[in-house]
Amino acid sequence: MTLVTTKTLSRAFGDSTTMLRRSLKHMVRYPSMTVTLIGMPVVFLLLFVYVFGGTLGAGLGGAAGGRAEYANYVAPGILLMTIAANAQGTAISVAMDMTEGVIARFRTMAIARVSVLTGHVLGSVIQAVLGLAVVTGVALLVGFRPTAGLAGWLAAAGVLVLIAFAITWLSVALGMVTKTVEAASNLPMPLVFLPFLGSGFVPPESMPTVLRVFAEYQPFTPFIETVRGLLLGTPIGNSAVLTVAWSAGIALAGYVWAKALFNREPAA
Amino acid sequence: MTFEPTRPAIAVRDLRKSFGDQVVLDGIDLTVPSGTVFALLGPNGAGKTTIVRILSTLIGADGGDLRVAGHDVVREPDSVRAAIGVTGQFAAVDNLLTGEENLLLMAALHHLGKRAGRRRAAELLDRFGLTEAARKPVATYSGGMRRRLDLAMGLVGDPRVVFLDEPTTGLDPRSRRGLWDVVRGLVADGVTVLLTTQYLEEADQLADRIALLDHGRLVAEGTAAELKRQVPGGHVRLSFSDPRDLAAAARALGGGSADDDELTLRVPGDGGVRSLRALLDRLDDAGVEVGDLTVHTPDLDDVFLALTGGTDRADRAKESAR
Repeated sequence: MTLVTTKTLSRAFGDSTTMLRRSLKHMVRYPSMTVTLIGMPVVFLLLFVYVFGGTLGAGLGGAAGGRAEYANYVAPGILLMTIAANAQGTAISVAMDMTEGVIARFRTMAIARVSVLTGHVLGSVIQAVLGLAVVTGVALLVGFRPTAGLAGWLAAAGVLVLIAFAITWLSVALGMVTKTVEAASNLPMPLVFLPFLGSGFVPPESMPTVLRVFAEYQPFTPFIETVRGLLLGTPIGNSAVLTVAWSAGIALAGYVWAKALFNREPAA
Repeated sequence: MTFEPTRPAIAVRDLRKSFGDQVVLDGIDLTVPSGTVFALLGPNGAGKTTIVRILSTLIGADGGDLRVAGHDVVREPDSVRAAIGVTGQFAAVDNLLTGEENLLLMAALHHLGKRAGRRRAAELLDRFGLTEAARKPVATYSGGMRRRLDLAMGLVGDPRVVFLDEPTTGLDPRSRRGLWDVVRGLVADGVTVLLTTQYLEEADQLADRIALLDHGRLVAEGTAAELKRQVPGGHVRLSFSDPRDLAAAARALGGGSADDDELTLRVPGDGGVRSLRALLDRLDDAGVEVGDLTVHTPDLDDVFLALTGGTDRADRAKESAR
């Protein structure tokens, strides 16, 4: 029915760029959000390396052993946690934005409607990349020693951006499905815990059966295993394929859901 | 003034809308000729905002034939959106951006190009007296400034039809007058304005035609003068210190309703300067000493009283207007 013309596409692209600029300005004006979002995974990284790292590292039984071994093990999990924490921020800023009158104005303008959402997504992905860079830097300072070459680093970065893109679309929908900003900040909370219930902090083999099965089949385990494999040379197996499949699925579902929520008739 | 036989800027036939079981708009017909100001007057809850929200493509209607700027609102929403500017009851501005950034955002979304966008923003900032505050975040603006910026944002795309939903509610008298001047300027440029308001005076000042909305129905439509003629509320109240003066005044003016206990006389009149002068001249000629004089002009409540035919409804209107 709809013919996607180049004109429609270029309008969607242009309007998305405009909305991205708006999102970035919001981040600059409201930096406490960004600081909180990046601060949380950094705190978890320090906590796990320095408080729990000695004991947990011994349990891993690797060649290096102890804290150094654990810093390597936990860093990829913390990177995924950075993406999840960022998703929480996305949901909050989307929920806050939807209460603003300017959104109603956008709805009465001849613009590509989806650009209101893509502006948020692109802004959040940029924020996630910023967070990932900071967390990687801190991880390197506390003993994270990746063995990857340039290709490995680039591949890992690509995978992380892909995952961030997918999770962000989902969190945009989460930010709109709730009625209040408070609810929007709670809804993505489970995402932050998924690295714990996967291979992020300890190997799933050490968990009781129910948890282990959950860990094996939830998306964060292949996410973490892929990043870990790319950076540290551990076996990746089918994790890479699973990661791409999960990301594509989550991104598509999030996109369709978010778009449907945004096109709902605004409350009277 | 010339009348162009062009199609109307807004044409609405049998507009219906319900929220759940509650009927909000019960068959509205409106025609707004191009280049005129049309005011929808009514208390809160009468359905004014709902009409604006539907015609500006924000929400859908349940039924009716709706055309804005020649385009069908249901079938060609994007063509309608390209032709309109909207200013809502609550300022639709981005609070985290500055005033200038808000206007540049609108310019970018209208694909004006960088240089043209800057020029348009500067021009609107100047026209709305916001140049000085241009680089300040909107969150620091006063109510009147936010409303002016809101209106300016709606004008960036040079709309042919402008919707103003209670543009002066909550504004101080000076800001209100400033906004009225802006509306007059728009009309001078040939823009069509659909305005909603609770204030008869505002409709009176700005509108070519006024429609009275009550409980989702149009109860009257006409020019301000036509509507006021239907209102019996206008009168002059004279009070006296001496019953003899009261009697003499009643004789001199040949009527009015006298209150012998309060020593007052109510005389029908619109309170205009000319009629007041005539009234006082007649009292002077009769040598009557007047203690006090108050003029009562018809207001929205009177209009409702007269046009909805009953104190009960007017009281309800008053109640919901609060």
